[in-house]
Amino acid sequence: MAKVHTKVGVIGERACVMGFAALGLSVYPVEEGQEALETFRRLARCDQYAIIFITEALVGSLAAEIAKYKDKADTAIIVIPGRGEPQGLGLNALKQAVERAVGIDILAQ
Amino acid sequence: MARATTINPTRMELTRIKGRLHTARRGHKLLKDKRDELMRQFWDIVFQNRELRARVEAGLLGANHAMSVASAMMGPRLFEQALLYPQQQIKLHVRFESLVGISVPRYDTKTRHSRSATFPYSFAQTNGELDTALGVLADVFQDMLRLAEVEKTMQLLAEEIEKTRRRVNALEHVMIPEMQRNIKYITMKLEENDRSTKIRLMKVKDMVLKQAHDFKE
Repeated sequence: MAKVHTKVGVIGERACVMGFAALGLSVYPVEEGQEALETFRRLARCDQYAIIFITEALVGSLAAEIAKYKDKADTAIIVIPGRGEPQGLGLNALKQAVERAVGIDILAQ
Repeated sequence: MARATTINPTRMELTRIKGRLHTARRGHKLLKDKRDELMRQFWDIVFQNRELRARVEAGLLGANHAMSVASAMMGPRLFEQALLYPQQQIKLHVRFESLVGISVPRYDTKTRHSRSATFPYSFAQTNGELDTALGVLADVFQDMLRLAEVEKTMQLLAEEIEKTRRRVNALEHVMIPEMQRNIKYITMKLEENDRSTKIRLMKVKDMVLKQAHDFKE
């Protein structure tokens, strides 16, 4: 491994992510899709982040970018719920993985 | 059968293909076992993932509620000011472990995880809700790390299963049948050659006999 990934990043709405700053994570508050996209690219490309948490609200505009990092062992992109009730977007990764491995999403009910 | 016509119907080729068929059969069996084992591990991980995600989502929901209450009571400026300078720094240590031959990440954090260090502000200007929210977040974060680990493992396993499945299918439905066809083709061709040689010899014998003794049937 050429570079050591040691950081944990959080991208999300200001109100949701500020708490993580107190825990010692690198926090990037963004408000809309374009900004999120730019931040995400910057973090993902700088090779320092092992885990990037992203809130559900921003996932829609980043789906294509996130998919690129699916097979990379160095960077884990994890969706976390943002403000309000969890929308179940976090389970998408699971569904995709099951579909990929089995050929069909057999957990769908 | 397009391929069968391009191969040399020789004994050497036959031996070679038989050897390859043997290897392919063994490889097919091994890969099938690998796929089954990967699948077993994968389901373990999938169920762990579901459980962890439910826990993380519930935990974050609670933390966010507490956070919103704290923010509303303190006012956004003071709220942000309180959280601006963290007392602790998380350093992630990533190890790679081998799971059925795939290296999957394991995360360890180095934090000064004493409760007092979680609160980077003076208690004079903040309220109890903020303390609770941060306490909950600190607990949820451990689950979030596990979730990240499990989710990445799941994705890497899924990729490996897909690859292995393709290989198994390619061997089972393309390579092995093709080799069997080729072997059959060569065997038939060789037998045919044998027969034609035999017939030729019989004919020659007839001709020789006829010439020597004016032998008539």
